[in-house]
Parts: sequence; structure tokens; C-alpha cells
Amino acid sequence: MWDYSDKVKDHFLNPRNAGEIPDADGIGDTGNLRCGDALKLYIKVEEVNGEERISDVKFQTFGCASAIAAASALTEIVKGMTLDEAKQVTNRDIVEYLGGLPAPKIHCSVMGAEALQLAIADYRGETLEVPGAGDIVCKCFEVTEQQIRDSVADNNLTTVEQVTNYTKAGGACTECIPDIQRIIGEVLAEKAAATSDETPGNERDAKIRRLLAEQIGPALGAHGGGLQLVAIEGDKVVVAMQGACAMCANVHGTVRDFVQKTLREEVDESISVEVGG
Amino acid sequence: MTAPVYLDNNATTMVAPEVFEEMRPYFSELYGNPSSLHSFGGNVAHALDEARRKLAALLGAGEEELIFTSCGTESDATAIHSALEEFPDKRHIVTSSVEHPAVLGLCGHLEKQGYEVTYLGVDEQGRLDLDELAEALRDDTAIVSLMHANNESGVVFPLAEITEIVKARGVLMHTDAVQSVGKLPLDLGELPVDFLSLSGHKLHGPKGVGALFVRRGAPFSSLLIGGHQEDNRRAGTENVASIVALGKAAELAGEHVAEERERVSAMRDRLQEELVARCPDTLVNGGAAPRLPNTLSISFGYVEGESIVLLLDELGIYVSTGSACSSDSLEVSHVISRMKVPEMYAHGSIRFSLSRYNTATEIDYVSARVPEVIKRLRELSPYGRE
Repeated sequence: MWDYSDKVKDHFLNPRNAGEIPDADGIGDTGNLRCGDALKLYIKVEEVNGEERISDVKFQTFGCASAIAAASALTEIVKGMTLDEAKQVTNRDIVEYLGGLPAPKIHCSVMGAEALQLAIADYRGETLEVPGAGDIVCKCFEVTEQQIRDSVADNNLTTVEQVTNYTKAGGACTECIPDIQRIIGEVLAEKAAATSDETPGNERDAKIRRLLAEQIGPALGAHGGGLQLVAIEGDKVVVAMQGACAMCANVHGTVRDFVQKTLREEVDESISVEVGG
Repeated sequence: MTAPVYLDNNATTMVAPEVFEEMRPYFSELYGNPSSLHSFGGNVAHALDEARRKLAALLGAGEEELIFTSCGTESDATAIHSALEEFPDKRHIVTSSVEHPAVLGLCGHLEKQGYEVTYLGVDEQGRLDLDELAEALRDDTAIVSLMHANNESGVVFPLAEITEIVKARGVLMHTDAVQSVGKLPLDLGELPVDFLSLSGHKLHGPKGVGALFVRRGAPFSSLLIGGHQEDNRRAGTENVASIVALGKAAELAGEHVAEERERVSAMRDRLQEELVARCPDTLVNGGAAPRLPNTLSISFGYVEGESIVLLLDELGIYVSTGSACSSDSLEVSHVISRMKVPEMYAHGSIRFSLSRYNTATEIDYVSARVPEVIKRLRELSPYGRE
């Protein structure tokens, strides 16, 4: 049994703005049958004092209770907004509005945010970049590399499980899990480079990075695990654990007695290592 | 007041009132350990003998051929484990792709350890291809494990024919009969399987007790090792109250098997007719195959199962779904997908499973409410419109 908030239950049992707008100005169509959920969002746009506002919005959902609730919540959030305001709405706004969603259901809110962007683009006559089939990482749910990258970057995701909760990728046949792991690693590495490269010539940081990449990472890899540097903030080194390490009950022991110990011995006694994202 | 209506009896059943009465004294008054030498424990040992006798009678088995376990999963694991221990050189197992997770999960685990597993497919009605079974058997096949009846579709595999094929090749045969014991007549005197698993809580007994039938002379290797309980075959102090309860439940099941076949299947058939008539675009899963008398699996087009279950829950109707969203896996149930139910329908798969405690009035209520819920969700859905 899913643990739904009262707000989710209310929006599921009494969906707001359900239905279609036959003469809609913009339609956002997302999800598909194969995935088991789909959302069609209709918006009506009116121009008032030079501002484009969403004057009416309706939805049709094929999906579970939280998919229906997320779509209903979305319509309540965006009704009356200017298009520019609506463009800023993210899946987190929907989750917040609903008082939270169970982790495996977060993708319902992602679907809502996607449909909204598609509807706005449709109204403006734009085409959102539709990635080619070659970019699809998760074949079961047709999730693209870009979608995974965006969800990792926007939500600071560090584990495959989180990516599955946000995008569904990896949730069925599990074949693409190594790819997801690679993408998480790449995005986190890019982030880490962006945060700590600002102090150029910092040899200590460079040494930490080298030890993690060449010595500590491979040692964990030998046991089916792995780690990724997230950030170096002074003496604090933040890492994300991957593979078997991410699921290991003793992950903090590994970090303290191996990762931190190695860095302290090789680089600096004052280094502390934390798991985060 | 009709609701609540419990139609999820393949998930678990109510402990029959007579069963509960029978087990009650073994918690507070007759709490002795059956292994004790004194009469206080000895009397409890007699109660276990009595339970074994009743269960043996239901199955047409010898009393010494029954081992009480903690659940169906333990029984399945013990049977497969026995075969693999007996024949260390035989590294191949045959099962089906629609087995319960108790068997599928174990087989997946064994594959990682280097065993080879052949998963037999099913057709759109959930039926096995017996030629495929015959071809799958090899000289190094240690055991065949095939369920008697499927928990989701209710489809019954032809156990007699299967066993004949398997035994003709000299291979050990195990059947997971968790869903069929008590619902279908079974005579192990006539059916030469080597192992059969069953579970107490599927036949109006309590949770936490099961049994494994091991045919006289079949190889056996304990999963739990230690004390001498169950004739040295299953260590651990007996779950006395629940075993007594399982005995009583078996006795009642024997008395009700005919009723199950007639009254319960008549209710199921009526529910099926009503729902198919009142809800367009529905498929009955396994409708053309032999099925358990109590099970109805229906796929409603254009709607999603979790939504159906939760709206029915609001009306006090308890059923289950094979939809993706009801599980952690995000995938449609393996049984539904193996039966190649079209995508437009697969996500709206609902299982109604009845018991002898259901009434015609309840079926009327459900027949009236389900179509309303389906209609309501279809009005919300972007699919299934002209």
C-alpha cells in the first residue's frame, strides 16, 4: 500500500479541472501506454495588458492515483499564471503542493512538469528538442540521456535508485543501470570540476582528485562498488557512493576507515570525508 | 450494509472461526513443547499428529510424507534445495515464467550461482506448451518446479500430464500448489509428484505455517538444521498453534471442496458475466483455460489498475492489481505480460479472488460498483475515445 498524503488522496478522489478543452491554445502530451501513465494537458491563453495568462487549463490522465493527483495539482498551480511564470514551474512545485509523493511516484510530478512545458511550447509554436531514438538510454520507458542528465543535475541525484524514482529509467529490465551509473558519474564530475576548479593551482585538491580517481575508486570497484567526487570544500571532501557501496549498510565505515583514512595519510590529516550529493 | 467486500483471497484468507477456536488453547493453556518428555508436552505432540493426519487425509498422502514449515516459500525452497543437494552434478532446473516469486526469485538466485534454469513460456491464455516441457528436460535436469494453479490468472496447469512427462524422464517433480490446495480436489495417491508445497493462510488457516509433501523415497535435504523436529527434517520448535490450525483448516477444506467448485465458481462466473456485459473493452485473462473456481482476472482497457483498486477501496471493495504502479518494479506483473495482454489493457488488470465466505449479495454490490469506477476513470483518461 502506498503512503499517500491527504492532499494526494483528495486530488485523486476529487480531481480539479479534469477533461479536455476542445479549442485549446496549447496541448502538452506526454507519457505513453507502455509506461503505464500518460498525461494530456490543455491550456487556454488570454492576453491581458500585454501579458499572456493561462485563463483555463484541463487535463486527462491515464495512470495511477498519484499521476491523477499530480495533474490535478498542476492545473491548480498554473491556472491564472502568466506563461513566463508557468515556464518556471518544476516537478518540485507539484510535489510540494501535494505535501510530498512516495519516492517511486516522483516521476508522476516529472510528467506533469513536462506536459506543462510541452503545452507552452505548443502554444508558442516552438518545438521542444525531441531527442532522437539514438539518445534513449532506458528502452523500457524511453528515457533519454538528456532527461537523465537534467534530473541528476537539477535535483542533485547521486544514486541509480533516485534516478529511477525521478525518471523511471532502469525500473524495469535494469539493463541500462550501468549507463545510468556512468551518466551520474559524468554529471557529478562536471559539477565537482565547476565548483573546485575556481582555485587554480590548488595542488592539494588535485592530489585528492587523483587519489580518488586512480587509487580509491578502482579499489572499491574491485568489490563492485565505486565513488564519485561531488565537491571539495576546504577540508571537507564530499563524495557520492555508487554501485554496491551505495547499497552497503556499512557505507559510512568504508568512507571513514578507507576513503578518509587514505586521504588523511596521503594528503592532509585535517581532511574529513562526507557522503552527500 | 454490504461493504466491505473482501475479494482478495488469493492474497490471503480469513482464518475460519472453527480454525481459530481450535488453535486458541495452544497459546495459553496447552503451551507445552511437543519435544518434552513429560505429558504436558506429550499431549501437544498428539495434537501435531492429529493435524498431520487431517492434512494427509485432504491430500491423499501418508502422514510421514508431510513436513510442517513456516510458509509456502520455505516449502518451495526446501524441495528445490533437496533436489540440488541430492544431485550435485545436475545443474539444470525447469520452471515456468509465471511462477510465484518464491520460485522465480530462488531460481534467479541459483542462476547467479551457476545453475541453468529453463523458464517455460505460456500462451495468451496462460497455458503451458507440454511439448516445450518435454524438450526442455535434459539428462542434467535436477528438478522440474511448476505451479498447480497461478495466483494471478487462476489458470490451472495440467499437473497429471506434466508429472507423467517429467517422471517418464526420471526427473524429480515439484509443484507449488499453494493456490490450489483446498480449492481443487487433489489425490497424491494418484498423482506421482515428488514434492508439493502448500500454505496455511490461503485456505482459511493462519499466516506463518505451511507444509511440504515429500514422497516416500524421494531425496530430501533439510534447509534448517539443528533439532530433531519433523522427524529430523525441519529443525526448529514447531509452530504448534498454527499447525493445529492448519490441520483444522485442511479438514474444513475437504468438507468444502465441492462447494468451492459449485457455489463459489457460480459466483465467480456471474461476476465475470456482469462485468464483461457492463464494461466494454475488457478482457478476461485465461478465460478459455481451466481456472481455479474462485479467481477472475480481468483487464480493463484504457485505465490503470492502482487507480481502480484505490477507488474500489473507497467503496469498501478489496481487490488487487497486476499493474505496474502497484509495485516497486514499475513493470506490469510478469504473469500478465507473459500472457501478452495488449498494452492498452495490461495496466488495468484486476484480480477478483473469492472464498466460500462471500455471498451473492456481495457479488451484486461489486457487479454494480466496478463498472461505475471504470467509467469514472475512463472519463479521466485520454485514451479510449472516439
